[in-house]
Amino acid sequence: MSRDEIKDVILEIIEDIDEEADLASLDANAPLRDQLDLDSMDFLDIVMELRKRYKLQIPEEEYPQLATLASCVNYLEPRLQHV
Amino acid sequence: MDHRRIVITGVGLVAPGAASLAEFRSNLLAGTSGITTLDLRYMGVHPAGVCTFAETRYRKKRENSRGTRAGCIGVYCANEALRDAAIDFSEYDRAATGVYIGLTEHGTVETENEVFNIGQYGNDVDYWTHHHNPRTVLNNPAGEITLNLGLTGPHYAIGAACAAGNAALIQGVQMLRLGEVDLALCGGLSECVGSFGIFASFRAQGALAEHPDPTRASRPFDRDRNGIVISEGGCVFTLERLDRALARGARILGEITGYAMNSDARDVVLPYGPRQRECMELALRRADLTPADITIVNTHATGTRQGDVEECRALRETFAACPATWINNTKSSIGHAMGAAGVLELAGNLPSFTDNLVHPTINLDHLDPDCALPGLVAREPREVERVDAILNNSFGMLGINSVVVVERFVAN
Repeated sequence: MSRDEIKDVILEIIEDIDEEADLASLDANAPLRDQLDLDSMDFLDIVMELRKRYKLQIPEEEYPQLATLASCVNYLEPRLQHV
Repeated sequence: MDHRRIVITGVGLVAPGAASLAEFRSNLLAGTSGITTLDLRYMGVHPAGVCTFAETRYRKKRENSRGTRAGCIGVYCANEALRDAAIDFSEYDRAATGVYIGLTEHGTVETENEVFNIGQYGNDVDYWTHHHNPRTVLNNPAGEITLNLGLTGPHYAIGAACAAGNAALIQGVQMLRLGEVDLALCGGLSECVGSFGIFASFRAQGALAEHPDPTRASRPFDRDRNGIVISEGGCVFTLERLDRALARGARILGEITGYAMNSDARDVVLPYGPRQRECMELALRRADLTPADITIVNTHATGTRQGDVEECRALRETFAACPATWINNTKSSIGHAMGAAGVLELAGNLPSFTDNLVHPTINLDHLDPDCALPGLVAREPREVERVDAILNNSFGMLGINSVVVVERFVAN
């Protein structure tokens, strides 16, 4: 998957969690939880959805790498390159 | 003013075919069934009571997805009850508001869904949802109500099988009388149409109703009945102490003057009439009433032969010389809403204090002779001069019996 495709997947998953999320004005380099109404359970929903879609197991100690949209893309790019 | 007088000031409900008390009452008086069919995982199509209501009126779709069906129904009912009672928390403290919710069971639906879900992933438990525990703790539906309304008083579930709705109502009365809270949101909820296991277990017991026409499947007291129609639903009442209710100018729907609960201590599933009779008599004594003072008895009868006959025997003995006592059954119209049954059925009868009508038992084509009771109201509503008191029966598995007596409010 390309970086843009990965970004779209993340945004799609967030939109599935909260259809009212304001994704248009999202700063890719600022923490998602500071900008969106997401809590720890929502964050785990994102992790679970990635697991279901791509059989991707993200270790708990690596969760901080999913803090911003840009860091999500950086983290996922090598892991989803063959998808 | 006696601070022990507890009154009902608001009702919010969801029943098969109705999303308000007005709709519900209209259906009951018209003899309209709310039962349809449901295609269940592993079970196929069966008669069931399914509810349609404005699920996103009081909380977002996102919160409904995260929570449970019982929580969704509960949030709707609690908000509707508060609106009906005109309570906006300007006169009550959220910290002095208790939420007491009766549940027959909870967590069955969520657990079945997760077992099915991980089955799609080779039973790998890494795919088991992190929402499972908050969804299945027994206080979930009551807790979802407090989260939605910002209520910081106590909340918990009352488990009493199908007597749970009445039991939660009784809990609310007790907590108000003790002064533990100033406002009680109490009632019962059921999401059990989402569980194939509940249907399968009743079928295995020979107690799941079947009929080619689902609207005719729930037929307590009828010779040709063949079991229970399972329904979802919910009903939440606002209860207040009379002095506080009068001080804020509340409209009073009825006064809870008597209640009782007891246990058969005999059998896990079979009901026992003599203990039901004792329960009714205790509730009447506490209300300082005689059987003849009761205008309407709402029966628990679910459409199983033994259950119907046992209750009728208890009623025949308790109300032997009561020509002005009328008996009806609400499950014939909405099926068995389990934890919500007792409170929904009480709610359906409450308007009789003002419209002087006793709603009928429907689907009663061939009365079982063992269920012949002089005051049984069937097919058509019965108009009476005045309704003074309603006695509401609700019984459950493991031999739990509950009776609530509500009287027309008289200021004295």
